[in-house]
Amino acid sequence: MGIHYLYPDYEVLRNFDRCIACRVCERQCANDVHEYSVDIKKMAADDTKCVNCHRCVALCPTRALKIVKTDHAFKENSNWSAETIQEIYRQADTGGVLLSSMGNPRPLPVYWDKMLIGASQVTNPPIDPLREPMETKTYLGQKSTKIRRDKNGKILCDCAPQLELATPILFSAMSYGSISYNAHESLARAAQALGIYYNTGEGGLHSDFYQYGSNTIVQVASGRFGVHKDYLNAGAAIEIKMGQGAKPGIGGHLPGAKIVGDVSMTRMIPEGSDAISPAPHHDIYSIEDLRQLVLSLKKATNHQKPVSVKIAAVHNVAAIASGIARSGADIIVIDGFRGGTGAAPTRIRDTVGIPIELALAAVDQRLRDEGIRNNVSLVVGGSIRNSADALKAILLGADAVYIATSALLALGCHLCRSCHSGKCNWGIATQRPELAKRLNPNTGYQRLCNLVHAWTHEIKEMMGGMGVGSIEAARGNRLMLRGIGLTDKELEILGIRHAGE
Amino acid sequence: MKYVIIGNSTAAVGCIEGIRSVDNKGEIAVISSEQHHTYSRPLISYLLQGKTDLERMKYRDNNFYEKNACTLLLSQTATKINSSVRSVQLSEGEAVPYDRLLIATGSVPLIPPTPGQGTVKKQFTFLSLDDADALKKATGPDSRVLIIGAGLIGLKCAEGLHGRVKSIKVVDMADRILPSILDPEGSTLVQRHLEKEGILFYLSDTVSEYSGNTAALKSGVEIGFDVLVTAVGVRPNVSLAQNAGIEIRRGILTDSTGRTNLDGIYAAGDCCESHDISSDENRVLALLPNAYLQGECAGVNMAGGEKVFDNAIPMNAIGFWGLHIQSAGTYTGDVYRENTKQEYKLLYTKDGVLKGFIRIGKELSATGIYTALIRNRTPLDSIDFELICKKPQFMAFAAEKRREMFGITPGEEEGYLL
Amino acid sequence: MKKIKKSDTGHEELFCNTAPSGKYSKAVRTKRVYVDEKWCLGCRLCEYHCAHANSSEKDMVRALKDRTIRPRIHIESDEHISFAVSCRHCDEPICVKSCIAGAISKLNGIVRIDKNKCVGCLTCVLVCPYAAIAPSEDGPMQKCELCTQSRTGTPACVMGCPNQAILFEEVTG
Repeated sequence: MGIHYLYPDYEVLRNFDRCIACRVCERQCANDVHEYSVDIKKMAADDTKCVNCHRCVALCPTRALKIVKTDHAFKENSNWSAETIQEIYRQADTGGVLLSSMGNPRPLPVYWDKMLIGASQVTNPPIDPLREPMETKTYLGQKSTKIRRDKNGKILCDCAPQLELATPILFSAMSYGSISYNAHESLARAAQALGIYYNTGEGGLHSDFYQYGSNTIVQVASGRFGVHKDYLNAGAAIEIKMGQGAKPGIGGHLPGAKIVGDVSMTRMIPEGSDAISPAPHHDIYSIEDLRQLVLSLKKATNHQKPVSVKIAAVHNVAAIASGIARSGADIIVIDGFRGGTGAAPTRIRDTVGIPIELALAAVDQRLRDEGIRNNVSLVVGGSIRNSADALKAILLGADAVYIATSALLALGCHLCRSCHSGKCNWGIATQRPELAKRLNPNTGYQRLCNLVHAWTHEIKEMMGGMGVGSIEAARGNRLMLRGIGLTDKELEILGIRHAGE
Repeated sequence: MKYVIIGNSTAAVGCIEGIRSVDNKGEIAVISSEQHHTYSRPLISYLLQGKTDLERMKYRDNNFYEKNACTLLLSQTATKINSSVRSVQLSEGEAVPYDRLLIATGSVPLIPPTPGQGTVKKQFTFLSLDDADALKKATGPDSRVLIIGAGLIGLKCAEGLHGRVKSIKVVDMADRILPSILDPEGSTLVQRHLEKEGILFYLSDTVSEYSGNTAALKSGVEIGFDVLVTAVGVRPNVSLAQNAGIEIRRGILTDSTGRTNLDGIYAAGDCCESHDISSDENRVLALLPNAYLQGECAGVNMAGGEKVFDNAIPMNAIGFWGLHIQSAGTYTGDVYRENTKQEYKLLYTKDGVLKGFIRIGKELSATGIYTALIRNRTPLDSIDFELICKKPQFMAFAAEKRREMFGITPGEEEGYLL
Repeated sequence: MKKIKKSDTGHEELFCNTAPSGKYSKAVRTKRVYVDEKWCLGCRLCEYHCAHANSSEKDMVRALKDRTIRPRIHIESDEHISFAVSCRHCDEPICVKSCIAGAISKLNGIVRIDKNKCVGCLTCVLVCPYAAIAPSEDGPMQKCELCTQSRTGTPACVMGCPNQAILFEEVTG
């Protein structure tokens, strides 16, 4: 109150004509917003605690609830928005770094929405995906540049190890600890059912999930949590996390309160200790060091598995990627500035990094210019929101896309962005058993499968419309993209023409 | 195969259904001394009250006998069982042959001889539908009713007549009402509830003499009445069995399959004894659920199947004007006592198991959990006994137990279809 | 068939899901409602959907507003555990055998109560080991009848559970 007072951002509106006081909202809100008053036999809500996660709204059997943005207002000010003002109030109160969860919500340009996909007609007929072969299968890994034959003329197929994907979509890295066991189980089972991969993130791999190892990409991050020989050999590929789109240049931080039980065991750190991943890998201070780590990992896994390097999309991403492509890595993962996170400093999440669309185009072009595009596969992430975004990424040059926020939405996330509180009402970003229970993997994995099936079908339809019969043929096919409302410079970087040209 | 059943009440119906679950070809003949389609005896007080009618109180549908291919011989009394030639003699002279016989003759009312009883013009017992009909006809708004016996039957009769007669007075030689199922404190609770409705009680007292419309009690009180109902108790109807050479004690002796000592002859229901596992004694357990279960068990065995009924316990569920009483088992061992506004509860434990319980309250639920603990002889250290004392609840059981009871257990998953 | 379980004392446990004794017994294998305690959130939506389905109103608000519900499926919960319980539609239903009015019967595998015959003696409450029977709003006893008589026609608790904790399955032995 007084100088500390921050009016709640959201208000809970209850239609009392429809409310039957079943108290489901009260039972299901982890933030204790709702309460039943026995004496007046009515439900009441404390708006100050509401994080706008919609759990109560979604479970109310009579549709009696909705959450609205408060219309309590500061004086209009194009420079000092209410949010900006309140951030200062909070820092004056706490003296702390502002933390946020999930991806950058600022109104910066979304380039996916400024690109249009081509279609074929008349001169180049489209393909009917129901009647003609339409291949969404793709492989990630180092590709050979020359065809070599044996003395009988047969092609030698001794390629570097590849990851086979039934569709060019993978589940991006989300650590066990930032998300729940049930969320991981849903991702693992879905990856297996779909014939794609999910990524362990930097929390290690729970022993129960080794059975899905052939659909798992194990991550080695700067904190090296949960990294041991069996872990490296359990997955189908290993990913070295050099950076993350949401927080380029800094490491990760999972508070000690979340390091309990299995999370602690899987990460191989004591319960209650904060899991801090340092900003750099303390054994990687140059590109040569990275090459050394890549080769060590390959040796530890007998050169059977592709090694991937994940970087954040930053200003000189093309040069960095070029270096990585020469380091022996098989896959480069680029994570754009819209990428999600369990928790990151707000300023870094909102202002550091560049859009994945531009980063992808720049990296793909640079590698082609240097003749080393085939050294690596490119996988991009950082807000792929639908099948059109995914296809556009492929057309710009990606081999496949990583989805994370989309996957969480399929699991029930309502993007309330309170993950850092650990009280995720949907059972996703929490370690509390009574909350994690809410994500039944039987439902979760089914929804993930549905989502990826749907997108794959849409991709096939769009490719058919373009007259392109396979992902391989779509990759880097920038002629199939046109920009709209983009400046010449943006068009130049993206390497596409403007609509009408 | 010829099956003959003497009796047409609960045990008989259980027997018919038991037989038909194994043998749908053999002939079944049912001999009933009453003239009615099988009806629920305990419902006669509800009939008096108007809470049910003749049609609704039928224990089975109208086409029951037809559906089960039974020949029903109504208004016939079995007078003799000729076990050597395997036939039953009827009062009209007919001899009914049998391969398997069930004796389900039920109970007969006890009428202790009292001086001057012959001078009472309107006196009744309260056991059968005909009793209830007669009582209804004999009473009116000016009737003063005197009931001897404050047990289950006497009090149910009182409830049935209430509101349609001038006054109801109940005499019992016990020091409390419902002495067979309640402890003194519980009994007092119920008594107060009944007294609120205007029932008057004379306990620790008996009638020394009747003279016309007056009963002189031992205590000296004189009660004027118009209608007398004797409801001091029942005894098993064993004369038929006894005369046939079947072993009886207080009731007909049977084993856990329903067999008597004579080959091919079975017995079930109020007329026989069973083993009460809560007191580990053989006794007559004249209760409808036990009658059915005994009858069904005997029926299956008579037809060549195999079944045992070996976990009989006494149990009662009875209510008066919204106050319910539920009890089971034997009252022995350590007692957990609880008396709140909602409920009066006693739980008896001994040798690590629940032996008996009493619950009195307006809203009693989930009592079956307690009953199952007694019948299964569940070791109380395998459940959270403290929780169970507070309220019968499944939270007191282990999660594996709950999964077995309510969930799909792992062993079954292989076989399931969606 | 689900085996008769012998308890530690060697006696048969009265849990009623035993195989019927005779070959002509009408044991029809039907779908039943099963609860997975692992996923039950104790939200009680099953109770409200049950009460609604067994009411005469199509709109849930009109059916349940300002009413104390009497559902046929019940939740028990404490801070850590919650689960739902309802009638098992036993192969050898003790309630059917104990009802003094003959009001409970089993038809097509489902145990049903004839409300007209019930006199409210509560014997069924006394004997049911699953606590499946309780009084209805207007007096006679009621229990889960797998929504065969309800508005929905298929178990409302199964449909209303937000976490797939309640299943409607046929389990063969």
